[in-house]
Formats: sequence, C-alpha cells, structure tokens
Amino acid sequence: MPRLLGVDIPANKRLEISLAYLYGVGRPLGAKICKEVGIDGGIRARDLTEEQVALLANHIQKNYAVEGQLRRQIAANIGRLRDIGCYRGIRHRRSLPVRGQRTRTNSRTRKGPRKTVAGKKAVKGVK
Amino acid sequence: MGRSIKKGPFVEPKLAKKVAKMAKTGKRDPITTWSRRCTIPPDFIGHVFMVHNGRMHLKVQVTEDMVGHKLGEFAPTRVFRGHTNKKEEAKPGAVPS
Repeated sequence: MPRLLGVDIPANKRLEISLAYLYGVGRPLGAKICKEVGIDGGIRARDLTEEQVALLANHIQKNYAVEGQLRRQIAANIGRLRDIGCYRGIRHRRSLPVRGQRTRTNSRTRKGPRKTVAGKKAVKGVK
Repeated sequence: MGRSIKKGPFVEPKLAKKVAKMAKTGKRDPITTWSRRCTIPPDFIGHVFMVHNGRMHLKVQVTEDMVGHKLGEFAPTRVFRGHTNKKEEAKPGAVPS
C-alpha cells in the first residue's frame, strides 16, 4: 500500500478511486489529478512506481488543499464567522443548524442526541 | 442563490452617502439605520452603525472581516433566554442577546 502525503494509504483499487481516500479529493478530482499528472487512472495503486507516487504527491500539494491544510482552512472560515458575531457565527457557536433549517424537530446532527424535557406534551396529540 | 454580479452588491444609497460625507469631514459618529439589508462595503470599516433589530438599535462596530455581510446579520432579531429550569424557576440570567 503506497503512502501518499503522509497518513494516507490508498488501497488495492484503481488509482483514481484510491486517490479519493484523501480528505478533499473525491472521485471527479481523483480522475482529474490522474489526467493532469499523465498517469492512467485505471492502474492499481499498488502498481505505482516510487517516482509516480512522488509526482502525485508533489502535484496535489502544489495545486490543491487537502487533508490537514483543508481542515485548517475550513476551521478558519468557521472561526471567522464566530469571531465577527454574525448570525451564522452565532449558530455555529451554539451548534445549531446554520442555514435556516427548522429546529422544532429534526436537526439531530447538529444538536446531538435528544434531551427529553419533562412536561412537554407528546407531539401527536397536541393541537 | 446569490445576487447577480451585474447589479453589484446592494448598499443602501443613504448610508453610502452618509459614510462618504463622514470620510470627508473625518467625523465618525454612529449612524442609526433600519437598513438591515445593506451589504457592508470596504469603506464602512471602522464606522459604527446602530442597526435596528425590530425593537431597538444595536451597536455594530464594522471590522474588516465583516465586509460582504449584511448589517442585519450582526443584529439578532430573536431573543432566546433558555427554557425555564424546574428547580430554579425564573432565574435572572439571560443568554446574551
């Protein structure tokens, strides 16, 4: 299993698909990278020569934000919203949905597991 | 979803005029406004706006990072004081508005 950009070890799959195991690279971008570097996307990742691995790593690092860098970028964007105190930032701070979704029900991804409140009538019978 | 680039960002003409005037005189008084829909252009940086939230005007100090947002984003219209706790009903502490 070749190591690409540190942590990532794409598997026994076609190169353009194993590239998608990098954070920030999906299948379309994987295919695009293969094309740009001039390696056939259909070959297996294990068949890469060392030079090809180096070439890929170099190319990706130069042209795309992936992995830690991308994560940092995203965190910085959210941090900015939090700091300026705009509506979206406030929603992030309170870990509520940011884009105007309803919160009366659902939104469990953002809110986490249900915290049942005593005394609240069951939703079904309420008029 | 975004606004057409052809039109450019919407900046309340009245506010733009006021800011331009202040830039000339060098004064920086807070500007009271109801225009929550006004996009913040770079020349608003450093100015203070009193933005209406439906009830009163909240102070918004414009910084560089706020450029491109709307004034209304910085003046929340809803107050959520939390749900009453059974044990300490009607506690005075409120969530910041």
